[in-house]
Amino acid sequence: MAAAHTTVDSESSSWARVWLRRLCTGDEVARLVTLTFALSVVLLTTLLVFQLWMQSAEARQEFGWSFLFSRVWDPVAGEFGALPFVYGTLVISVIGLLIAVPLGFGAAIFLSELAPRRISDALTFLIDLLAAVPSVIYGLLGIFIVVPLMRTLIQPALKSAFGFIPLFQGPAYGIGFLTAGVVLAVMIVPYIISVSREVLLAVPGDQREAALALGATRWEATWKAVVPYARTGLLGSVFLALARALGETMAVTMVIGNNPNISASLFAPGYSIAAVLANEFSEATGDLYLSALMALALVLFLVTFILNGLARILIVLTAHRGSGTAHA
Amino acid sequence: MSMRTLSRKIVNVVMLTLTGVCAVFTVSVLFLILGYLVYNGGKSLSWEFFTRLPAPVGESGGGMANAIVGSAKLLFLAALLGVPVGLLGGLYLAEFGGRTVPFVVRYMADLLNGVPSIVIGILAYAVIVLRARHFSTWAGGVALGFMMIPIVLRSTEEFLRAVPRSMREGAMALGASKWRMIVSVVIPAASRGIVTAVLLALARVAGETAPLLFTAFGNRFWSPGWSQPTASLPVMIYTYAVGPYEDWHQQAWAAGLVLLGLVLVTNITVRLIVLRGASAQRS
Repeated sequence: MAAAHTTVDSESSSWARVWLRRLCTGDEVARLVTLTFALSVVLLTTLLVFQLWMQSAEARQEFGWSFLFSRVWDPVAGEFGALPFVYGTLVISVIGLLIAVPLGFGAAIFLSELAPRRISDALTFLIDLLAAVPSVIYGLLGIFIVVPLMRTLIQPALKSAFGFIPLFQGPAYGIGFLTAGVVLAVMIVPYIISVSREVLLAVPGDQREAALALGATRWEATWKAVVPYARTGLLGSVFLALARALGETMAVTMVIGNNPNISASLFAPGYSIAAVLANEFSEATGDLYLSALMALALVLFLVTFILNGLARILIVLTAHRGSGTAHA
Repeated sequence: MSMRTLSRKIVNVVMLTLTGVCAVFTVSVLFLILGYLVYNGGKSLSWEFFTRLPAPVGESGGGMANAIVGSAKLLFLAALLGVPVGLLGGLYLAEFGGRTVPFVVRYMADLLNGVPSIVIGILAYAVIVLRARHFSTWAGGVALGFMMIPIVLRSTEEFLRAVPRSMREGAMALGASKWRMIVSVVIPAASRGIVTAVLLALARVAGETAPLLFTAFGNRFWSPGWSQPTASLPVMIYTYAVGPYEDWHQQAWAAGLVLLGLVLVTNITVRLIVLRGASAQRS
């Protein structure tokens, strides 16, 4: 017993000596300094949560949870309800995903399964460039190209074809939910493609070869053997894209119409959380107004934070599964 | 049986063609964007655009010299904050990391990277603008710097990890201490990658508009020093595009062309350098 104690003591003292020596050579100093900077990321996140929480205190106390379910947004009367913004954000994100997911998965399958390596790399390079185009540029093209196209061509066509559904009724302004959704779709496709291509490439080759050996066609092998294997990762890429779509600000602000209104028609102008922050933040007068906007930012932050967290876990899970089987 | 085989083959060809169409369609959007910007922006891009201040409303002509300088100042501040913090943080992850701390930092960095840029702008607003009671270049630069930190941190780590083990062991075997080895062997070996990472991060934040709206705000004139609101290219594009004047729209197209040109040229150059470096290492 006593002997054990002495060895522990001598071990810990020798550990301290080693530590001191390393401190003198500078290794420990370097470790501590870089550690501090690495932790700045954690600090930044904490600061963000803290600020949003504190600054939104007034609105949270005043309205409570009903903030999320009230439809009235009237800064002059001091009434703040987030429902029109939550609704708008959800509607345009759903439209965006409905267009972008099939398009993105299709392109990702082409790039990972079909195209020769060289062509696939070249196309991926171009798609990565597409992801680098600033949001405000998409907005610029949205205003001057997509909006007129919508007003004169696409919306009237939709109306005459599907006009019996409430979704496609009402005057065609050009701006509105549908246009914002379409612009969003174009913006998030590159993210879906690049993540799901990686995920598909991580699927081990045996999976394809086994299906082909059983007589499956190329498409059947892809659809029935490769895609199910990569399911979780593909879902992760959708979550990632959804998080992007929810937080997308400039392009949406420029084409959604900026009108806090809940309408069944997709042609109607609407508003999103990010857009109202962009428009009203710099001119918010009064503490309650600012606090309500902060509460909106808090909602946006929490939703995207959770979605991103889930997406990373899903993508990592698929990658692990892929490499695990490859080694076995 | 043969009918079934035939239909399977048809489905095969049709679906595979469709995936190809998806890929080509997506890529063609890039060329569409480029084409429109070159066509519309090229018309109104002139020498004056780079040298003049914005013209008063109603007068035609004028340029965006103040916005170009403003963007440069904002990027300088962003780099001043984002590059050292991201670099040293990435150094920790790649060289000193244990198990839990790097995991947490890496995860946080990825999550922070996914936070909408406008929320980051609100953080800078709450921390700086609310205290100082006015918009400033500082606040805008800090907002962009916050965005750069996680990007630089993650990519630095990646490039440092790519440095071969044998080089580290060689340095250690010569009796170098760990930080000595990092400074004189690992960092020089990864320097090209790190420069790449920094440039890509700058290109990414150069186009950010949302976090500048209520930090750097905007300015129709020159912004001397660092504590006054300043114009920037992306905010200028936004203001001019949603404005009611035809002149403004022309200027917005020109500014869009300049911004997209800068971003794409940086991206293409940098990515080609990395690709060439990677293939050189492989061979």
